[in-house]
Amino acid sequence: MYLLEFLIMFPLLISVILLLLKGERLRAGLVKISALAISSAAIALLISTFHRSIQYFKAESHLVDKIMFFTEWALAGYILYLGLKFKRARLTLLILLQAALMFYFEYSCGAKVISENNLFIDKFSIIMSLVVGIIGSLICVYSTGYMEDFHRDYHKEIKDRRNFFFFVIFVFLSAMFGVIFSNNLLWLYFFWEITTVCSFLLIGYKRTQESRNNAFRALELNLLGGLAFLAAIIIFYRTTGSIELSKVMLLGKAWALIPVILVCFAGLTKSAQLPFSSWLLGAMVAPTPVSALLHSSTMVKAGVYIILRFAAVLQGTMAGFALALIGGITFLAASFAAVSQSDAKKILAYSTVANLGLIVLCAGIGTYEAMWAAILLIIFHATAKCLLFLCVGTIEHKIHSRNIENMSGLIITMPKLSIMLQIGMAGMFLAPFGMLISKWAALKALVDYNPLLAIFVVFGSSVTLFFWVKWMGKLIIVAEPKDEIEHGVSKSQWFPLGALSVLTISVCGFFPLVSSVLIEPYCLEIYARTITMSQGNIVIMSIMLAMVMLFPLSFINYGKRVKVVDAYLGGANINNNVEFRGSAGTVNSMSMYNYYLEDYFNEKKLLKFGVIISIVLVIAMLGLSLL
Amino acid sequence: MNIFLNILLYLVLAPLTGGLLAGLDRKITARMQSRIGPPILQPFFDVLKLTQKENLVVRRSQNFYIGFFLVLVIFTGALFFTGKDILLVIFAFTLAAIFFVLAGFKASSPYSFIGAHRELLQMMAYEPVIILSAVGMYMVTRSFYVSDIVSFSRPLIYYLPGILFGLLYILAMKFRKSPFDLAASHHAHQELVKGITTEFSGKALAMIEVAHWYENMLVLGFIYLFFARLPLAGALLSLLAYFLVILIDNTFARVKWQLALLSCWLVTLIFGFGNILVLFILRK
Repeated sequence: MYLLEFLIMFPLLISVILLLLKGERLRAGLVKISALAISSAAIALLISTFHRSIQYFKAESHLVDKIMFFTEWALAGYILYLGLKFKRARLTLLILLQAALMFYFEYSCGAKVISENNLFIDKFSIIMSLVVGIIGSLICVYSTGYMEDFHRDYHKEIKDRRNFFFFVIFVFLSAMFGVIFSNNLLWLYFFWEITTVCSFLLIGYKRTQESRNNAFRALELNLLGGLAFLAAIIIFYRTTGSIELSKVMLLGKAWALIPVILVCFAGLTKSAQLPFSSWLLGAMVAPTPVSALLHSSTMVKAGVYIILRFAAVLQGTMAGFALALIGGITFLAASFAAVSQSDAKKILAYSTVANLGLIVLCAGIGTYEAMWAAILLIIFHATAKCLLFLCVGTIEHKIHSRNIENMSGLIITMPKLSIMLQIGMAGMFLAPFGMLISKWAALKALVDYNPLLAIFVVFGSSVTLFFWVKWMGKLIIVAEPKDEIEHGVSKSQWFPLGALSVLTISVCGFFPLVSSVLIEPYCLEIYARTITMSQGNIVIMSIMLAMVMLFPLSFINYGKRVKVVDAYLGGANINNNVEFRGSAGTVNSMSMYNYYLEDYFNEKKLLKFGVIISIVLVIAMLGLSLL
Repeated sequence: MNIFLNILLYLVLAPLTGGLLAGLDRKITARMQSRIGPPILQPFFDVLKLTQKENLVVRRSQNFYIGFFLVLVIFTGALFFTGKDILLVIFAFTLAAIFFVLAGFKASSPYSFIGAHRELLQMMAYEPVIILSAVGMYMVTRSFYVSDIVSFSRPLIYYLPGILFGLLYILAMKFRKSPFDLAASHHAHQELVKGITTEFSGKALAMIEVAHWYENMLVLGFIYLFFARLPLAGALLSLLAYFLVILIDNTFARVKWQLALLSCWLVTLIFGFGNILVLFILRK
């Protein structure tokens, strides 16, 4: 109980101090200590509660209710002000609608709404708190080093508002813990809206026209989701007289389907599923730690978290099937679009959207197997994707580009970073690493439910393979000698990168433990049955993991018993591997560019196509829930 | 003990058979082209000779990837022939293939680079039907285990003809044969030079050859699964598939990657997914 409150309140407290604190070194120190405290608390929470079943806490406080009430209205006022100031008609309309709905709810039944237990904790929230607590903290530590470089060397034109930056990040973490631990849906909604505003502020950090536009887009789309969420709460209350997550979930399908679908709609906006994906793709204008935060441990994970909470209700419903299709289409369209991208951050963004699509696909099915697969996906995706973003952030600072064509030969210019990047990529698509375990599980869940849905995974994962491997290949190509430029990366960047690399590998090694201690008991609680990977398969996976881990050992033989020759270029090489004398004595040079297959994997067409289909599906989903 | 014996048998027999088939392939191909052709055992002689050659490399670590390619292919085959989860077999197979592609990238020559890209493109083209075949087999036998699939009471071809057709279509890719020999051609005088294998020689090239023998046996094993109830017929029909690929190799020119990708996916969608759809509707 104390740990719960600590995890929500402590980051909030620190955020205020960080806002007021002057002096960069002091702030960096405080960020690191707080990060340590938060991650330790998350681990302590795991140790102290993993063996218990679901627990509820009253956490009753008029003061808290009052503060939330005023914060909510203050935020609404702030957004309204922004909407009017920047002449964003949609934003203004959305916030007015939301305010009207909120007012109606407060006025008509505000006083009567009582929640018995405001907070709760179960296995799923433990998993989420570990994801937020550990990965979020590592991002905070990384940010201290990264933001210093960012302002000192790379973006002198941007006003240094680091105190504000860290303030928002810590509020964000606090709100994420709030989302995870809230049983009172009004609380959950409150924290939900806080994450929306935080992401808005972070995306707009640079204050350029582009970042402002993208920040507003994120705000608008997420407010749309928030509106649906609020509507869902009102319907929950009107039909059941309760606003508690635990009670609402017990009611079963017939009762709860409409509001559940509305909540899922909110989840879709937050987890950037089609047709709402554009905000997450736009969010990459923000400094890289923000992308890492949004993509791995917070924001989008809040979206899938809430959908998964209601997954059991969706099982076997037509509306749930429509939701699954939205996830499937998103998975396909985003994976396909990633093929034609050369901007590293954009590839990562599409891959995030795609993987969240896979989670939504599982959630829409809602069987115990799908639940197992989806939770695994959350864990593995969070670690690997965070590592990837942070690597790209540091690399971008060093090579002044995030185009993967410019990462050619990174293995000699930045050996450690390129290896970490490769570990992250392996985590995303390669057997036997995490995401592939989850894909195995997802495929099994899909086939057991409805084999036709497997088509999404079948095509999507093949395409995934293509864009990851060609990037990986680019890193290890060495066409000509280059100097190492890795020096000067600060320790506060190295530490999180190293820790995440170790985590990416070890969550794969320890996944049977995670599964048996947390995920399987959670499935048992919800479905009274569970699935696991058979012992034999785990052994096979372990052997494969061991083999892949042994690969670096082969470098003991580096350069032994081989004779180095020039590459064949189709003529007589001129002293190196990139120039040759062709016929008639002409000197030609050679360069290598990756395949992007733009005619076949055209981003614009794919998105247009995906958006149209997904809009139809969203309407279908809402319509089917009424039946 | 049985399982170790199985693995041992596989380790020895698979490359022997694979090598013999490769020799047979060369003989038949030669006859189709009105040549006499090399002796059947020629592939073995080739590999032996390669192992005695000097190790020439462009990048010092390029052969490590090839080593792992071979080890992983052998591992994949061991999983398959001891009846393990077919999804893991497919994933391990993909992992092996990725090491091969990375070797092509690592070699850092323009021809191996293009070859590696095309190999990757082909993987993207053929993966869907391979995973779909596992899905189809699961629908019929209710198990992903190769051991269960083999012992299913009726030949799978009754239920999964479309999927089998899809697999046969991509067979040329896995055997690196025309019309889908985009990544590495057997004839070094073409625009690709030798594609992905351009910069590999000596022991590394020998390893690639042996890995292909193992690979080919694995692919034939996959085809065999469709007739597993009738072992003899199954073996014969798998061999027939092999000769079909040789025939096609000698009668078709190489296609462009566009056609390769599109046609593979279309066949997968129409025949592979169509098969699953029909099965699903019939089961309902």
